Amino acid sequence: MSAIYLRRRITNWLAMGLSMLATLIGLAFLAWILWETLRQGIGALNLKLFTRITANGADGGLANAMVGSLIINFIGIAIATPIGVLAGTWLAEYANRTKLGETIRFLNDILLSAPSIVMGLFVYTIIVLPSTALTHGSTTFSGFAGGVALALIALPVIVRTTDEMLRLVPSTLREAALSLGVPQWKLTLQILIRAARSGIITGVLLALARISGETAPLLFTAFGNNYMAVNPIDKMSSLPQIIYQYANDPGDDLHAMAWAGAFVVTMFVLLLSLASRLVLSRTKVSHD
Amino acid sequence: MPATDTVASSIDVLERRSRRDARDERLFRWLLKGCALLVLAALLGAAGATLWGGRSAFSTFGWHFLVSTAWDPGNDVYGALVPVYGTVATSLIALLIAVPVSFGIALYLSEVAPAWLRTPVASAIELLAGIPSIIYGMWGLFIFAPFFANHIKPWLTNNLGDQPDDGKLSWVAQHVPFVGKLFGSSYPFGASILVAGIVLAIMIIPFISSVMREVFQTVPTRLKESAYALGSSTWEVSWDIVLPYTRSAVIGGIFLGLGRALGETMAVTFVLGNAMTLSASLLDPGTSIASTIANQFSEASGLQKSSLMALAFLLFVVTFFVLLIARLMLRQLAKKEGS
Repeated sequence: MSAIYLRRRITNWLAMGLSMLATLIGLAFLAWILWETLRQGIGALNLKLFTRITANGADGGLANAMVGSLIINFIGIAIATPIGVLAGTWLAEYANRTKLGETIRFLNDILLSAPSIVMGLFVYTIIVLPSTALTHGSTTFSGFAGGVALALIALPVIVRTTDEMLRLVPSTLREAALSLGVPQWKLTLQILIRAARSGIITGVLLALARISGETAPLLFTAFGNNYMAVNPIDKMSSLPQIIYQYANDPGDDLHAMAWAGAFVVTMFVLLLSLASRLVLSRTKVSHD
Repeated sequence: MPATDTVASSIDVLERRSRRDARDERLFRWLLKGCALLVLAALLGAAGATLWGGRSAFSTFGWHFLVSTAWDPGNDVYGALVPVYGTVATSLIALLIAVPVSFGIALYLSEVAPAWLRTPVASAIELLAGIPSIIYGMWGLFIFAPFFANHIKPWLTNNLGDQPDDGKLSWVAQHVPFVGKLFGSSYPFGASILVAGIVLAIMIIPFISSVMREVFQTVPTRLKESAYALGSSTWEVSWDIVLPYTRSAVIGGIFLGLGRALGETMAVTFVLGNAMTLSASLLDPGTSIASTIANQFSEASGLQKSSLMALAFLLFVVTFFVLLIARLMLRQLAKKEGS
């Protein structure tokens, strides 16, 4: 075999080997991170975590953080879902191929990966500062502000999936309805959104998965609270924020609780992304 | 004449209904458009709010803010250079590691791996993208940084750095410029610019590799098969056919990863050590824009708070343009596909 063939063959083997190695590296880190989260998290799980609050410190639990997370995430999704679905509908049904529509679609993709901490500062400026000024300091940081910050992060996810899913709906459906004299808004709300429903639900679930692990935008909006807070105008604690606080604390007991919180958040996020996949795969089957 | 009456009134009903429909349609359109414009408002608002918040820092320090290494709450003097350097350095390290690894993963998943293995491995890598950044931060702080400090850092400082434990400089540190400085450190802990870069790299690998894999799959099969028919190896097809065909989208994917890395807060804050000092060594602690804000904003006031807002504005503008380039590059391939 001549030298050039040998060299090409060796280059090929080397490249293939390295690409396999790269994949193994990626998988190894995934396994390492998940394994540590499971090991340290399950070891620290106990009933106190779900029944006691963070005011008790090392002897307490994360109950207020879990409740806070649920409330803040709910507010975020409740704001982002209607706005996101309507905006996505506008992009797909009304502004497809218009200049403004293309621009907004493009900017939405940028918002999708914009730094979340800046979104936190934005909400701090438009909600926390004015509410402090209006109430003379009695309401400052609030769960509601945290929810709005998360809504800004969930919004582009929902806009994008709604837009994409609506554009997958066959145009015969639109033509059939329009030829019967159905006004376009009725067609959109009662036929198209229904046809794309499971895709849109997937988008909402993905957005929820995305925001439930967010920490940075909550630091200056919901702030944190060592006591149970259920009123959205109060300062509110959340799991990621408590994880951040406890992990930076020197105490080993608090580290264990941070791991337990990390375990809960990770499981929640992974289950959500699994659920969104299931919803989507079910749709695909029904379309066949 | 009752018959004409009914006709007239039914025409009337129809007309009223179509007028109502037209009005509803207009309202609906405006509602939808308003919601879409909120996306625009969010971007403009974030830029505007941080610029407004940072106005007193910009007006006090002017352009000097960008090049000053000072960060002194005692004397109320602030400069952006240390956090900007930390952000740029960690992101570049992350790209240096993540780009080749992501390319390898994308290559493996689109050209090398047996078909039955592709979907499960791709899903597993995508799982990595779903893990919240705070989990990366914790893993980095409690697991990876100590591991790095015990096993990797001693080797680096002794064999590459200019401050080895036994005082004897290695050949590399003596003869290769800059390397000694980059890896010389007397700081005993793991948290450093390099560790933050590595953690960031792991975070952005799934983003870059999934973009690359997606665009590799858009290469027309006939192009690849023509090359195979001429006797090319898998590597030659990938390097000479697939990569040139998808070049702009690959660069777009890399910029997308860069955008993520620049703005990442939590993962970096945990492993960067949060030192407001400029050090040439990658093994020394540092800070980044996002982690400076996360650490200081709650307790800051006055000019310090304004400086943090100004930092946020810088970060937002830079990430905006990086992501803009990313999306433009990605769109080029989409256009090629369409034609």
